[in-house]
Amino acid sequence: MHPTFSVIFLTTLIGVGQGLFLALFTEQSYASVNLLPGQPGAFYVTGSLIALAFLLGGLVAAIGHLGKPSYMVTRAWRGITQWRTSWLSRELILLPLVMFLIFLYLLFHYLGWEANPFGTTGVSGQLTLILGGITTVMVFALFICTAMIYASVRFLQEWACALTVSNYILLGGASGFTLATAYAAWAAPELVGFYAGWAIIITVLGLLSRGLHLIRNARLKGKSTLQSAIGVRHNRIEQKAMGMMGGSYNTREYFHGKSAAFLKSIKWIFLLLLFPLPLLLLWAGMDGNKGMLLLAFIMQYVGLLFERWFFFAQANHPQNLYYQTI
Amino acid sequence: MTQLALVIDLNVCVGCHACVTSCKQWNTSGAAGPLFDDRPYGENPTGTFFNRVQTYEIGQFPNTETLHFPKSCLHCEDPPCVPVCPTGASYKRAEDGIVLVDYDKCIGCKYCSWACPYGAREFDEQQKVMKKCTLCVDRIYDETLPEAERKPACVLACPTSARLFGDVHDSESEVSVAIRENGGYPLMPEWGTKPSNHYLPRRKTRHKIHKDELLRVDNPLKKEDIRHEIRDNVSLDDWLM
Ligand code: SF4
Ligand code: SF4
Repeated sequence: MHPTFSVIFLTTLIGVGQGLFLALFTEQSYASVNLLPGQPGAFYVTGSLIALAFLLGGLVAAIGHLGKPSYMVTRAWRGITQWRTSWLSRELILLPLVMFLIFLYLLFHYLGWEANPFGTTGVSGQLTLILGGITTVMVFALFICTAMIYASVRFLQEWACALTVSNYILLGGASGFTLATAYAAWAAPELVGFYAGWAIIITVLGLLSRGLHLIRNARLKGKSTLQSAIGVRHNRIEQKAMGMMGGSYNTREYFHGKSAAFLKSIKWIFLLLLFPLPLLLLWAGMDGNKGMLLLAFIMQYVGLLFERWFFFAQANHPQNLYYQTI
Repeated sequence: MTQLALVIDLNVCVGCHACVTSCKQWNTSGAAGPLFDDRPYGENPTGTFFNRVQTYEIGQFPNTETLHFPKSCLHCEDPPCVPVCPTGASYKRAEDGIVLVDYDKCIGCKYCSWACPYGAREFDEQQKVMKKCTLCVDRIYDETLPEAERKPACVLACPTSARLFGDVHDSESEVSVAIRENGGYPLMPEWGTKPSNHYLPRRKTRHKIHKDELLRVDNPLKKEDIRHEIRDNVSLDDWLM
């Protein structure tokens, strides 16, 4: 497939935002049972603001994927109608919902609403904990929807597997926790070790999942052949004309247009930027080195952009069988 | 239930592209607006078409065969392009099985085109919506046209009658009989999309002739042979004469 930057930015930016929220809420739930030092509301407010900014960035990138930006106003609302069958529709519902919930979470912390509907059980901040719990479920649902948009297209065999889903969750989570580590270096230095530890664990899990996905795809055999595409049983069929000479949507949308060597180099770049380098920097920045941790996040995010580009480029659409020669 | 579809006879298609141009002409002139053409007289002309004719060479010289292969939306019975659409712009009509895009609802997200294994959908770069073959839905029901012309433009244009149009759910229709009797097949059956359009294969008429069929046994000329000499291949007829 031809990687489009709107989708690359959309999926990576909302991944960071979702991951950062998960990181904030993990801290709050740990703190609620006194496993971690509790933080003032401002910690969650600023953190949620950063998460919202990333999600908003994703939303803006999504506009770029519409036919016309004006469709955002005139037609995009229709995107919520087909949630029964379309994962894209489900994502379109969940993205604003998650943003709204994170906004509420931010607001409750900002206003310091400390109602405890379950009474004095020794757990404080029950209201925000409940809200955060609901938001967490929705954040995971959003991860699944985003991934299923790709994993549910059965012809795109490179995508149609459970590893696509685990990649989206783990890589989004890893980038969010790395960002949380950097954020903590500024806002709550005592949390750096906690966040860095989780960021390292999730990044390693992400490497495992993405690595398995790469291995799986390397062995993939296309289900469709030129024989089944045109229905002729002969081992030697050669296309002589595709029906047009100046190219068409079919030759633009489904080919990445780069060489195999280029693809391979992107793979190694993302593998390097996404996993070992941030891991190294996270480990080195455990003592709260702000620059090191920020660099870890930036590197991982750039790696994520390369990863997403590769994810799209690697998928080989069966329609390409019909477009081999001008 | 009705399922309108095309049956394309690859045995007679000569690759003239008449269906491509007639399709473009009809569908660029309708109420839905033009089918975009970019740089039509420039170096790399491109544009939106519902139908393309491709050419393949089968085999190796000297045993080659040329196959002209028209390709348009197959109006799948189980169209994977429809359920993925977030807006409901892509739909399959219950009454006649035609798969359509509502250009007024489409947001141009292109997801449906990813979900079509045949590459049958083309994005219109000017209207910014997805387009595809409509089976000339705006002409096949048009009662102002003479009945014989209520067919897709491509079917009417084909000089070799390689394109048949009809209801593939009616077992006695021309298309069903053609599929049944001439080995009609769907494309990429492995994906379970159940394409309604079918293709008829290239067919060779071969006759097996045995040696004794070349020699007429009761050849009257053989009677003359009797008068001269008796040959060993005398048949019963010779004696009866
Ligand atoms: S050929 Fe493609 S566009 Fe047409 S109905 Fe089938 S899947 Fe959909
Ligand atoms: S491009 Fe249009 S028709 Fe296709 S899935 Fe998107 S909204 Fe639906």
